[in-house]
Amino acid sequence: MTTGPVIELRAATKRFRGATGGVHTAVRELTMSVQPGEFVAVVGPTGCGKSTTLSLVSGLEPPSSGVALVRGEPVLGIPDGIGYMFQNDAVQPWRSVLDNVAAGPRYRGMTKAKAREKARAWVDKVGLGTFAGYYPHQLSGGMRKRVALAATLVNEPSILLMDEPFSALDVQTRALMQDELLRLWSGSNADGSTLDPASRSSVIFVTHDLDEAIALADKVIVMTASPATIKASFEVDLPRPRLVEEIRMTPEFQLMYRQIWESLREEVDKARERSVVAG
Amino acid sequence: MSAVLSPVDAPPARELTGAATAARNRRIKVWSIRVVLVAAWLGSWELAATYWIDPFFYSKPSQVWSKLVDWFTVGTSQGSIWTNIAATMQEAVLGFVLGALAGIVLGVLLGRSPLLSDICAPFIKALNAVPRIVLASLFVIWFGLGMQSKIATAFILVFFSVFFNAFQGAREVDRNLINNARVLGASKLQVLTTIVLPSATSWILASLHSAFGFALIGAVVGEVVGAETGLGLLISRSQGNFDTPGIYAGMIVITVLALLAEAILTALEKRLLKWRPTAAHEQGAQL
Repeated sequence: MTTGPVIELRAATKRFRGATGGVHTAVRELTMSVQPGEFVAVVGPTGCGKSTTLSLVSGLEPPSSGVALVRGEPVLGIPDGIGYMFQNDAVQPWRSVLDNVAAGPRYRGMTKAKAREKARAWVDKVGLGTFAGYYPHQLSGGMRKRVALAATLVNEPSILLMDEPFSALDVQTRALMQDELLRLWSGSNADGSTLDPASRSSVIFVTHDLDEAIALADKVIVMTASPATIKASFEVDLPRPRLVEEIRMTPEFQLMYRQIWESLREEVDKARERSVVAG
Repeated sequence: MSAVLSPVDAPPARELTGAATAARNRRIKVWSIRVVLVAAWLGSWELAATYWIDPFFYSKPSQVWSKLVDWFTVGTSQGSIWTNIAATMQEAVLGFVLGALAGIVLGVLLGRSPLLSDICAPFIKALNAVPRIVLASLFVIWFGLGMQSKIATAFILVFFSVFFNAFQGAREVDRNLINNARVLGASKLQVLTTIVLPSATSWILASLHSAFGFALIGAVVGEVVGAETGLGLLISRSQGNFDTPGIYAGMIVITVLALLAEAILTALEKRLLKWRPTAAHEQGAQL
């Protein structure tokens, strides 16, 4: 196991060609790193280019300049051990819950029976045991998120990229899913003990919800308004295991929130002004 | 019907049975009006042809009926009706299967490859603008009076109707689903078979409904142009002999075949699309 960061972006810039022929810079000179087992939340104003950061790490989009490194290797194509949870639930509507979760292992060459067996365990872990044979349209939004979560985690990714995965959910369901995510991430070994922190997967969790970011992460990175670059980084020293609904009430949390919000607010204002001008 | 007007505070059970009765009444009403319409149409035709217009040109339902009975009991001028039906169906089904396969493969291929579709776009537009049914004459010259020329006509009609839907379906695949599958470890081929094809399926199935109709038209027109057997030949022979009831009888047989095929395709669609919510499914069937 290398001791260096698992994920590293060095001066990564991503430009897109706009529909009208102009060039849009989504992220500019982005430099950040994620340590093994670290949970990093990225917050920033809506539409600032947070998702682009994840595409660079996942290899779905190459950077226009600069480099993205995963385990010290430049990202060319999709690196091994990556799990990616998209903002819109990317469940396959023509597959049952069980087969959706079994899709990853199947793609990786596992036999149908083995993949289903593995999927079955994860379907149970996210609490959908009785719904294994249901099709996605028969499930609620929160349940579909659980399917997507199980489908991502079944591959046992060492790097987990999450793009506002819970933003479409109602407040109660969201809190439930956040707890669920923390429980699964902090993980349990086969014997029931919790995983040693360094062997947990490294997470980049993109959100525009500061509450969520602090409640989940070890480190919160604040991004500037578009084109996004890193403005500040805050260590979150809240004890684990955490329960999101409870930790939000603690004075430490509130203090942290105020600190980070000071930094984030300017960017949110900037983005808002710009959208007013554009609109 | 009075149950519908029951007061708001009526017990739910009563409202439910009321709704069921209302639904049944409505169905009975719809069907009886349908039957009356058909009876009125056939009756007025029969009467008009008996007392007013010339049945030699316009025929009448009773003559068409006896022609049908004659075909199915005695046989036609071209041999047993069943061999003719079998010939036409064989051509239509073969043309349908080949045309649909070619349409799906090429449609999905072009739908997934912007470069290929850019290159081919003008040719496809031009080919689509050609009055394809006329090709039946050409195919008779190329392939002779046998089955191949009819299969070719059915093929060309089916191909275009399926192709455009498969193309559109393959283009409108959710990018999220594709990215997700790639991250989960899917190869290019796996993305195609597990994401692109299933998501284009509803588009493709919608086109298959009309496509079988086209296949039958292709086969029959091919036979009218020139053939040794088949329902189209029966119709063209009837035309040659000024046998109006024969033309009608041929039309009726073809209509029944088309309706049967439609029922089979609907059943197939229901099976393949059982993952879809019901409302959307019904919309799809209406397309």
